[in-house]
Amino acid sequence: MPSRQYHPIKAMIKILKYSFYDLMRSRWSYVYFLFYLLLGFVLLFLNNDLSKAVITLMNVIIVLVPLIGTIFGVMYFYNSKEFTELLLAQPIKRSSIFIGQYLGVAGSLSMSLVLGLGIPFVIYGLFESNAIWDFSLLLITGAFLTLIFTALSFNIALSNENKIKGFGYAVLMWLFLAVIYDGLFLMSLIVFEQYPLDSFSLAATMFNPIDLSRTLILLKLDISALLGYTGAVFKQFFGTYIGVVISFVMLGFWTLIPILRLSFKAKRKDF
Amino acid sequence: MRTLLLLFCALPFLGNSLKANTIIVCASCEVTSIKEGVRIASDFDTLLIKKGTYKEYNIRIDKPLTLLGENNPVIDGQEKGEIITIVSDNVTLDGLVIVNVGTSYTADYAAVRVVKSADFLIQNLVLEKLFFGIYLEKSNNGKIYANKIVGDAVDEYNSGNGIQLWYSKNIVVEENTVQQVRDGIYLEFSDNIGIINNISSNNLRYGLHFMFSNDDLYEGNTFENNGAGVAVMFSKKIIMRNNTFKRNWGTASFGLLLKEINDADISGNTFEENTIGINIEGSNRINYNDNNFIKNGWAIKVRGACYTNAFIHNNFMYNSFDIAYNSNLNDNIFKENYWSNYTGYDLDKNGFGDIPYRPVKLFSYIVNRTPETIILLRSLFMDIIDFSEKVSPVFTPDDLVDSHPLMRPVVRETKIVKK
Repeated sequence: MPSRQYHPIKAMIKILKYSFYDLMRSRWSYVYFLFYLLLGFVLLFLNNDLSKAVITLMNVIIVLVPLIGTIFGVMYFYNSKEFTELLLAQPIKRSSIFIGQYLGVAGSLSMSLVLGLGIPFVIYGLFESNAIWDFSLLLITGAFLTLIFTALSFNIALSNENKIKGFGYAVLMWLFLAVIYDGLFLMSLIVFEQYPLDSFSLAATMFNPIDLSRTLILLKLDISALLGYTGAVFKQFFGTYIGVVISFVMLGFWTLIPILRLSFKAKRKDF
Repeated sequence: MRTLLLLFCALPFLGNSLKANTIIVCASCEVTSIKEGVRIASDFDTLLIKKGTYKEYNIRIDKPLTLLGENNPVIDGQEKGEIITIVSDNVTLDGLVIVNVGTSYTADYAAVRVVKSADFLIQNLVLEKLFFGIYLEKSNNGKIYANKIVGDAVDEYNSGNGIQLWYSKNIVVEENTVQQVRDGIYLEFSDNIGIINNISSNNLRYGLHFMFSNDDLYEGNTFENNGAGVAVMFSKKIIMRNNTFKRNWGTASFGLLLKEINDADISGNTFEENTIGINIEGSNRINYNDNNFIKNGWAIKVRGACYTNAFIHNNFMYNSFDIAYNSNLNDNIFKENYWSNYTGYDLDKNGFGDIPYRPVKLFSYIVNRTPETIILLRSLFMDIIDFSEKVSPVFTPDDLVDSHPLMRPVVRETKIVKK
């Protein structure tokens, strides 16, 4: 009987399910979910003001979500290597295997985030509050960050056989995007302060998903008036819907490009 | 000033008791127009204007009269020009609705203009569809009380001010509401003015604007959602007390702008949700006491050339930046304020934090130098360098500290007992 290729999409969904339930069984999803649940309740208990809690939450999300996405992605990839190799022996498209696994991990992480934060906020009366849009934006951005950083870490793990090296690069990537990038960004702004910098600084924000998410959330908060203070370019960007649209398109690119690279690399890699 | 006030309040009654002539103006009366009424009236008469619409403009009041509206009669200027011009002392306007002032690019048409007159009282007017509202020109000792001015200004270049004082002295502007004009209240070369309990909101430019006016007081006013709050420029000895500056929120907005102001007293005010609470430039010897700065972008932005100012007993709560400072020199005093960003402790329980508070953050210093860096607002990196600067200050003024920060907010009207 000739070997039969499985339908790629069906196979992908099946692998996605395996990874998803695997994470559920290993209880990491629950831990992550409970962490956000606790965080949400504590925040709301402490200041009881939804819109203020949203701001505090933003600070947590733009630092923590990428970190957890990165660590989880790398860990899962290395851990399930044997299973992956088993799957590779089957007549399944390689991109289906890797993208299925990726979506399983990223999906489970995003779900923990959305439910973990969503439940306390809903209980505290989110639907009656006008913070609902800010909050949804926060969750959407958080989900995007999970997708982006899990994809990036899968890429790193795929390119590095050595676990220690892979872990090191992944953490370094997080450190770079979360902290060092902003430092370099700031230095370049100060060094070139004689030049018109608005377009440059907007562009520089686009090239870092963490900065991008931060500005996207700030855009929707009142505080955006502070940013618009600087000049006409900022004012146009932060004062109109152009900023939101461009930021979302860029987040989309940030998610899509690592996934494409993942499936491209996976096809060519010699296991 | 009190006695003067009493005097001019009493004057119309004095006139009435002498002559007690009342001329009634209405559509079916003997006198059907206000102009006609003014023409036939003798000094100190009262024109009682009954309910109705009077299509008149250029009404010139050249003798001491009282124009009293009954049931809000409307004077419609049909946008042809100025409506009422007062050129005599002792004129009272009361209870009129004045609409449709003409707009002009060469003349400042007003609903009510007072020219070189004294002892007037303008009260309970409602002004709508106006260019300029109440315009005082070299007029003294008057009172503008409880008027409602609602404009429909869209652009600065073709709109006028609600209440404008030009070369006028000893005027009280009280309990007025001014909305949607260019400047709510505008003072130029006007001294000894009291601006009390007014509400000025949704104006295109400033809620209140001072130019070259000295020894004035404004107290208990609310300035909300104006293009740029209140601007006080080139004036001396101004007292600003218990006012509320709220939601002047926009890219170039501020609650209060001080430019070239000396010897002023700013106390008991509340600055809430303004892009910049107070923007200070070239202002010296000013006392800032017992003010609340709540949720502003910048609570105070010091632009330079500001010396010997004292900030004592203020509350700085939840501002993105407490103070922005653009130089390394500091000659201003910050003492016994409450800072919500303060993280120190009070071991000896005397109500003051044991370690000094530095209100200028490194980030605020950097933003002042390179405004574009504001894009890094709330990023992790900024928190880290702010922290390191807090531990060992390098860039921010060394002596700009509050050495006795309060542990709890100042509650208004209760003075802290000093040890």
